Amino acid sequence: MNTLLLIEQILNGLQFGVMLFLMAAGLTLIFGVMGLINLAHGSLYMIGAFAAAAVAGWTGNFFLALIASLVAAAIVGALVELTIIRRLYARDHLEQVLATFALILIFSEATRWIFGSFPLFLNVPEVLKGSITLPGGIQYSLYRLTIIGIGLAVAVGLFLLISKTRVGMRIRAGENDREMIAALGVDISVLYTMVFALGAALAGLSGALVGAIQSVEVGMGEPVLILAFVVIVIGGIGSIKGAFAGAILVGLTDTLGRTMLPLVFGSFMEASAATTVGSALASMLIYILMAGVLLFKPTGLFGAT
Amino acid sequence: MLRERYINLIVLALLLVVPAHAYVTGEPFTVTLATRAVIFALAGVGLNLALGQGGLVSFGHAAYFGVGGYVMGILASHAQNYEPILQVPFLIEGTNAMPVIWLVAIVMSALLALLVGALSLRTSGVYFIMVTLAFGQMLYYFTISWPAYGGEDGLSIYVRNQFPGLNTLDPIQFYGICFVLLCAALFLVDRINKSPFGLALNGAHQNEERVQTVGINVYRVRLVAFVISGAITGLAGALFADLNRFVSPTMFSWQISGEIMIFIILGGVGRLFGPVLGAALYILLEHFLGGLSEYWFIYLGAILLGVVLFAKGGIIGKLAKREVSHDG
Repeated sequence: MNTLLLIEQILNGLQFGVMLFLMAAGLTLIFGVMGLINLAHGSLYMIGAFAAAAVAGWTGNFFLALIASLVAAAIVGALVELTIIRRLYARDHLEQVLATFALILIFSEATRWIFGSFPLFLNVPEVLKGSITLPGGIQYSLYRLTIIGIGLAVAVGLFLLISKTRVGMRIRAGENDREMIAALGVDISVLYTMVFALGAALAGLSGALVGAIQSVEVGMGEPVLILAFVVIVIGGIGSIKGAFAGAILVGLTDTLGRTMLPLVFGSFMEASAATTVGSALASMLIYILMAGVLLFKPTGLFGAT
Repeated sequence: MLRERYINLIVLALLLVVPAHAYVTGEPFTVTLATRAVIFALAGVGLNLALGQGGLVSFGHAAYFGVGGYVMGILASHAQNYEPILQVPFLIEGTNAMPVIWLVAIVMSALLALLVGALSLRTSGVYFIMVTLAFGQMLYYFTISWPAYGGEDGLSIYVRNQFPGLNTLDPIQFYGICFVLLCAALFLVDRINKSPFGLALNGAHQNEERVQTVGINVYRVRLVAFVISGAITGLAGALFADLNRFVSPTMFSWQISGEIMIFIILGGVGRLFGPVLGAALYILLEHFLGGLSEYWFIYLGAILLGVVLFAKGGIIGKLAKREVSHDG
């Protein structure tokens, strides 16, 4: 394997990782502040992608489409929080899982009803088409590089929001002691709706960004949701830092595993068998990584013990 | 307690009368529906031991369901092609004898549950939910990418497996087999619930520290319950594969895990007959709502949401008007 291919795969892994981070950040915030496990997060990812595809179809403008994905997911998120989710905070995890599972069924079928079963396509805008040459002579897709940039910018923004602003202070206080911050006069229910909408918007944005690389279809959110779960189990639930580290780790492991493992097995096995064993093992690699982390740190890399 | 017992008897009676009536009046389709309900109920009874009694919210029981299915698929496909599974170091041949398939399905899913349980039970709460879900998903992707047994396309078995002395292709006889196995599992779980082991499991659900203080190893109790739970669901998977004569990676999908949970919550968490009533209700909803609208999952979602938000204790909870009792 040559170095150029390796670097390209590392960049692909980073791109996958930052997308996972956008999903995992919302999940981990919502769990950290409200104590809620939200399976419907994947639906918000799907809603963002569909909103972007629809707006891009009407206006032909990709940047309006991105804004639409943020707004649509945030609005749907806020509405769901106000009507249903807030009844679940005091319930146990089993009931949260089942209620949000029910929401997945409703959202998926409603989307199928509105948009039909056929996948939609979201085109990469002209400006970002093609590839650019990185230092060292590597050709890399400009769009994927932009995704990495957006993901990192969001990560920094989120970090600043939580560590430097008043809202961030309230979010951190909410994670530590809900009753106390309510007693200090913070309107906790408004804070909850805001956090939920923020997480939803991040999921929607990530759906729209990925939608331009893959197809936009019903059920696209759940595989990503489960990967985001793996990310926050590895990183430690409730920790944004953990979500970032976990996301990059999972993104790199998965992408590199898929290209490297068949090659590694190919060095001592017959070619077709090596591809089979290599790709089968690669599909399990991140779960093995998760099992490994659980063996040594059951609360994740950055989790509170 | 009396009321719940009556409800249970009525459910059992209906499961006997409805398929028998359908068979006599010549509606084999209804018998097949009832068979599906009974098999799903068996999967639910398995999960209910971990989830209802033990409070272990496993979102990955599709793994055991799928392993049971693939045990049937692999053994039967080798028997159908007359190819041994393994020749060295010793000969293992495929089989189409149901009792052997069931035994292998139970052992394999128990082993998997031992592995997954040993890792996942190191965590608790929401971690446990996510970890079990992730391990289920791992097997799903593995079966898709492993081409030997059909990969993504799954595996078809042309003839239903044999049970000595019965004609398994007759719908009502196959139904009878599934019904007897369900009753056996219900009996077993009922015995477990009333045994000291079951009380310890339930005690750990309610107050882990106390049970630990009495000197019981909570981790081990939970692990044993998790293994039995996985084994029962694995048996259901083998039956389900035999019903369809087809296995595919969808048996491992996270939606199956969710559905098995739905049976329990519809019927009533921790109640012996909860998953039985829930699975029967689910099949009825699927049949009638599916006939009404192509988008019946919207209605299912709304009903599920309603049950979770407003009907704590599920249908049996509403009817019996009593909390789950543990004294028997």
